[in-house]
Amino acid sequence: MATKAFQKIFTKITQITKATVSLQADGVGYGELATIQGQLAQVVKIIGDEVTLQVFGGTEGIPTNAEVIFLGGAPTLKVSDQLAGRFFNAFGKPIDGGPEIDGTVVEIGGPSVNPVRRKQPSELIATGIAGIDLNNTLVSGQKIPFFADPDQPFNQVMANVALRAKADKIILGGMGLTNDDYLYFKQVFDNAGALDRIISFVNTTENPPVERLLVPDMALTAAEYFAVEKNESVLVLLTDMTLYADALSIVSNRMDQIPSKDSMPGSLYSDLAKIYEKAVQLPDGGSITIIAVTTLSGGDITHAIPDNTGYITEGQLFLRSDSDVGKVIVDPFRSLSRLKQLVIGKKTRKDHPQVMNAAVRLYADAANARTKMENGFDLSDYDERSLAFAKDYSSDILAIDVNIGTEEMLDQTWKLLGKHFKKEEVGIREEFVKEYWTEQE
Amino acid sequence: MHMAAKGKVVGIISNLVVVEATDAVAQNEICFIKVDDEQLMAEVIKVIGKSVYVQVFESTRGMKIGNDVEFAGHMLEVTLGPGILSKNYDGLQNDLDKMEGVFLKRGDYTFPLDHDKEWDFKPLAKPGDTVQAGSWLGEVDENFQPHKIMVPFVFEGTYTVKSVTEAGKYKIADTMAILVNSKGEEIPVTMMQKWPVKKAITAYKEKPRPFKLLETGVRTIDTINPIVEGGTGFIPGPFGTGKTVLQHAISKQAEADIVVIAACGERANEVVEIFTEFPELVDPHTGRKLTERTTIIANTSNMPVAAREASVYTAMTISEYYRSMGLRVLMMADSTSRWAQALREMSNRLEELPGPDAFPMDLPAIISNFYARAGYVYLNNGKPGSITFIGTVSPAGGNLKEPVTESTKKAARCFYALQQSRADGKRYPAINPIESYSKYLEYPEFEEYIAERINDQWLGKINEMKTLLQRGLEVSEQINILGDDGVSVDYHVRFWKSEVIDFVILQQDAFDSIDAVTSLERQEYMVNKVMDLCHMEYTFDSFAEVGPYFKRVINLLRQMNYSEFKSEKFYNYEKELKETLTEVTV
Ligand SMILES: Nc1ncnc2c1ncn2[C@@H]1O[C@H](COP(=O)(O)OP(=O)(O)O)[C@@H](O)[C@H]1O
Ligand SMILES: [Mg+2]
Repeated sequence: MATKAFQKIFTKITQITKATVSLQADGVGYGELATIQGQLAQVVKIIGDEVTLQVFGGTEGIPTNAEVIFLGGAPTLKVSDQLAGRFFNAFGKPIDGGPEIDGTVVEIGGPSVNPVRRKQPSELIATGIAGIDLNNTLVSGQKIPFFADPDQPFNQVMANVALRAKADKIILGGMGLTNDDYLYFKQVFDNAGALDRIISFVNTTENPPVERLLVPDMALTAAEYFAVEKNESVLVLLTDMTLYADALSIVSNRMDQIPSKDSMPGSLYSDLAKIYEKAVQLPDGGSITIIAVTTLSGGDITHAIPDNTGYITEGQLFLRSDSDVGKVIVDPFRSLSRLKQLVIGKKTRKDHPQVMNAAVRLYADAANARTKMENGFDLSDYDERSLAFAKDYSSDILAIDVNIGTEEMLDQTWKLLGKHFKKEEVGIREEFVKEYWTEQE
Repeated sequence: MHMAAKGKVVGIISNLVVVEATDAVAQNEICFIKVDDEQLMAEVIKVIGKSVYVQVFESTRGMKIGNDVEFAGHMLEVTLGPGILSKNYDGLQNDLDKMEGVFLKRGDYTFPLDHDKEWDFKPLAKPGDTVQAGSWLGEVDENFQPHKIMVPFVFEGTYTVKSVTEAGKYKIADTMAILVNSKGEEIPVTMMQKWPVKKAITAYKEKPRPFKLLETGVRTIDTINPIVEGGTGFIPGPFGTGKTVLQHAISKQAEADIVVIAACGERANEVVEIFTEFPELVDPHTGRKLTERTTIIANTSNMPVAAREASVYTAMTISEYYRSMGLRVLMMADSTSRWAQALREMSNRLEELPGPDAFPMDLPAIISNFYARAGYVYLNNGKPGSITFIGTVSPAGGNLKEPVTESTKKAARCFYALQQSRADGKRYPAINPIESYSKYLEYPEFEEYIAERINDQWLGKINEMKTLLQRGLEVSEQINILGDDGVSVDYHVRFWKSEVIDFVILQQDAFDSIDAVTSLERQEYMVNKVMDLCHMEYTFDSFAEVGPYFKRVINLLRQMNYSEFKSEKFYNYEKELKETLTEVTV
C-alpha cells in the first residue's frame, strides 16, 4: 500500500448503495484505491467533485461520516522471487502466516503486450490425458477454460494438468473457492513436493464476492514478473471464472448500468478478454499459459459467461459424464484447442491430425447410431460396430483418468480403429493406413 | 476546420470523459488529454452545451478532474502514401513495429510511414493536364505494385498541372508536383496525404454492380456461393465454427492485389499467426510473398475498446486509397461484432436510449453505411478498381436473430452461415450450403461473366448440385423418422450422392497444403467428376450396401483432393474410382 505522503482524507459521503459509496473529494485519480474505515475501495466514476467508489467488501455498516483515505494509485502487488511458495488473499496480503513480501511495487492490470512482439506459441504441453493431448492438444502461451457443470471434478483435473505440465511456476487464482477446495489444492501441491513453485491468490466463499475482481489481475501480475523478468514458463490457473463474472454483474448492476444478456454488463467481453489475453509467448522465452474453469449451469454454453469466454479463449475443454462407461470424459464434440494445429503432426507423430479427426468422426457416427437405437430402429452392422468403438474409445481414450504418452495414445487409437472398422471406413490418408493399420479380431 | 480549442476534464466514467471546452469544437474532432507526462488521444462523440463528451482511446487510469485538454482541429484521420503495405498498425494507424519495448505504452503514437525511405518515382501526368482529386500524377513501385501518387482527395474542383517532378528517387515529403487552382495559386503536392477515416473516399466516376468472380480457392465459396470483385459478404457463426480460419484462408488465397486485414477485438495470437506465416507463404497467383500485398490493422481484444471502432474505419480508408489506384483490394474484418460491442459500451455510458440487446438505435445504419463503402468502381480515368469486403459476425449464443447479424444481413450480399453441427462433425468449412447464399448468382452480369470464364452450363450445374444437397437433407430427415428400411434403396442412394458432394466439394481441409487451395480449373474438374457420378444409375440389392460403397467412392475422391492436381497419384486414384464405379452402375 502507498505511503502516508500520498494520502488524502475526506469525510463528506453523499450516497451509499450496496456496492458503492459516493463522496465529495478533489485531486483524485481515476482507478485510484481508497480505504473506507479500513475497507478497500476503488474509484469508478468522477463527476466534478463527486467521486464514486466501488467498495470491495460491500458497504454494510459504512456511516455517512466515514473517513475515506485515498492511497494515491491503482491496486498494486509487490513482486519478487519471495512470492514463490506463498498464499495470498485478493489484495496480495499473505494468508499463510508467513512474513510480508519485499519487492518492486507494480500496478496490477498493467498494459498489454505489443502484438508484434509476441511469438507464436509452439511448445506442446503434455498432460497425459488423451482427451486433451490427442484431441485438444495444449500449447504454452495458450488460454483455455474447462467448461464443466458444478458437480464435475474440474479442480482435480486442473490440479493434475498443472502438476504434469512442466511449468516453472504455477499460479493459482482462486475465486469463490470453497474452503475445502482451497485446502485440496494446498494438499495436492504439497504432496507433489511442488509447493515452492506455486503461488496462490485466493478468495474463498467466506470472503466478500466483489474482492474476487482483483484475483485474476493479482495472479497475472505475479505471472508477468516471472515470465518477463525471469523468462520462466508460468501456468496460471483461474477457478472459477463464472464466479468472477458474477461479481462483475453485481457491481455493474449496482451502478445502474444497462445490463445486456443474462444480466451481465455490456462490457463482459472486454473485461474477460483483458484477463485472458495476458496469456502470451514472450520473445525471450518466457510464457504465460492460462487454464481456467468456467462452470456452466445445466451444460448451457449459450449463457453469456461461457459464450463470451468461448469467443475469447483458444478453445475449451468440455467435461461430461459418460454414463455408458461410468466415467467423466473430455467431450470431443464441444471441446477444441485452437492452437493444436501448431504442434500436432509437427511436434508429434505425423499421423496425429488424421487419426484424431477420423476417430472423432467415427465417434459422431456412433452418436447417430445411438439416436437411431433410441428411436427404436434396427441397427446396421456398421451402427453396431461404431457403438462398440465409441464405448472403447470413451473409456480408453476420452476418460480423464487416462495417463499415457502421446505415441501410446496414437497407437491405442489405431488399435481401436482396426478392431472395429475396415480400412476404407476410416477415411485416413493411405500412406498412414499403410504404416499404422493393425488388423485385429 | 476552425481554431483549435482547449479545455479541462470535468468528469470521468471509464473511458468516457467529459471536457469543458474554451472554444468551438466539432463532432468527431480529436483531442489530447494530458495525464502526468502522457498525452491521451480521444474523439468527440457528443456535445451538450459546454460539456464535450469524448471517448478516450486509452486507459484513463490516473486521470484527474482539471487535467488539460487540447483539441486538434481535425477529425480522426489516416496518413496515406507509399509504405503502407507490409505494415502492422494499431486501430489508430500507429506503426506497431516502431514502438519500443514488449508492452504497449499509453500515449505512444508512432508515424505510420517512413520519412527516410526512397521511392522510385515515374511521372504519369504532364504540365497542362487538368486534374482533380484522385487523379494520378505519377507512380512509385511499392512491393511490385504500381502505387499511384494522386491529387489529394481533400482537393475540391479542378486544377491544372504546372509541373511534375522528373523520374528518380524521392522521399514521401518531397514535392512531386505543383498544381494551379482556379485562382491561379500554386499548390505543391507530396507523396503523402491525410483523410478523415469516417468519410468515404469517393474520387471515382461510377459504381456499377460488381460482376467479376473473385477466386478464393475455397470450393464452397467459388463454386457454390461465389463472391465477386467489389462484392460484400459476411460470415456469422458461433465461436469455434471456423470464421477466422476461413477469413485467413481467403486472405491468403484470393486473387487480389492488396489485402487489408482488420483484426478487430479478437485474439492477439491469431494476428501473430499472420505475422509469422505471411512472410513465408506465397501468393498463389503471383508467387510473391503474402506480406508484400498485405496490411494488418491489429486492434486485438485487449487493446483499447474505443480504438476498435476506429480500426475498421482505418482499414476501410486504406482500402479506398488503394482502390483509387485501380487495384483490386480485399478487406477483411474479424469481428464486426466486437466493433458493435464497442459502440454499445459507449452508448451505455452515454446513457442513450438503448435499442435491441442494448445496442445503439442507429446500429443498422452504421453497419450499412460501412458496407456501402466497398464496391467496384470506374475511376475518373475510366480504369476499374474494387474493394471486396468480408466481415465476420460473432452472434451471442450463436443465435442469428440478434441485431448485428440481422443488420449485416441487410447490408451484405453474400451470406456464409457457419453451422455448429457441421463444425462439431468436423465438416469444415462449416458453411451451411443450403441456408447460405450469394446474391451475385442472380446478377445477369455475373451469369454472362461466368459463362465466359468457365462455360454456360456451369450455373445450371451448380443449381442442380444445390438441389441434390437439398434432397439429401430431406431424405436424411425421412430416414431419421422412418428408419433405414422404412425408405427405398433409391432414397439411400440419393442421400449418399449428397454426401459425396458434401465430402468432396464442400469440405476442404484448410491445413492441408494441397487441399487448402483449389484453382478454378480444378474446381470445375471435380464438380464435373462428382456430377457425372450423381447422374449414374446404381443397382444395390439392399440399403446396407449403399453406405459402405459410397464411403469407398468418397475415400477415393478425397485422396484425389489430397493429391497434386493431374499428378500421377491423382490419375491413379481416378482410375481406381472408375473401376469402383463400374461395379454397381448400369
Ligand atoms: N477449414 C478448416 N479445416 C480444418 N479445420 C478447421 C477449418 N476451419 C476451422 N477449423 C477448426 O476449427 C477451429 C476454430 O476455427 P476458428 O476459425 O478459429 O473459429 P471462430 O473464428 O469461428 O471462432 C480451428 O482452430 C480449427 O481447428
Ligand atoms: Mg475467430
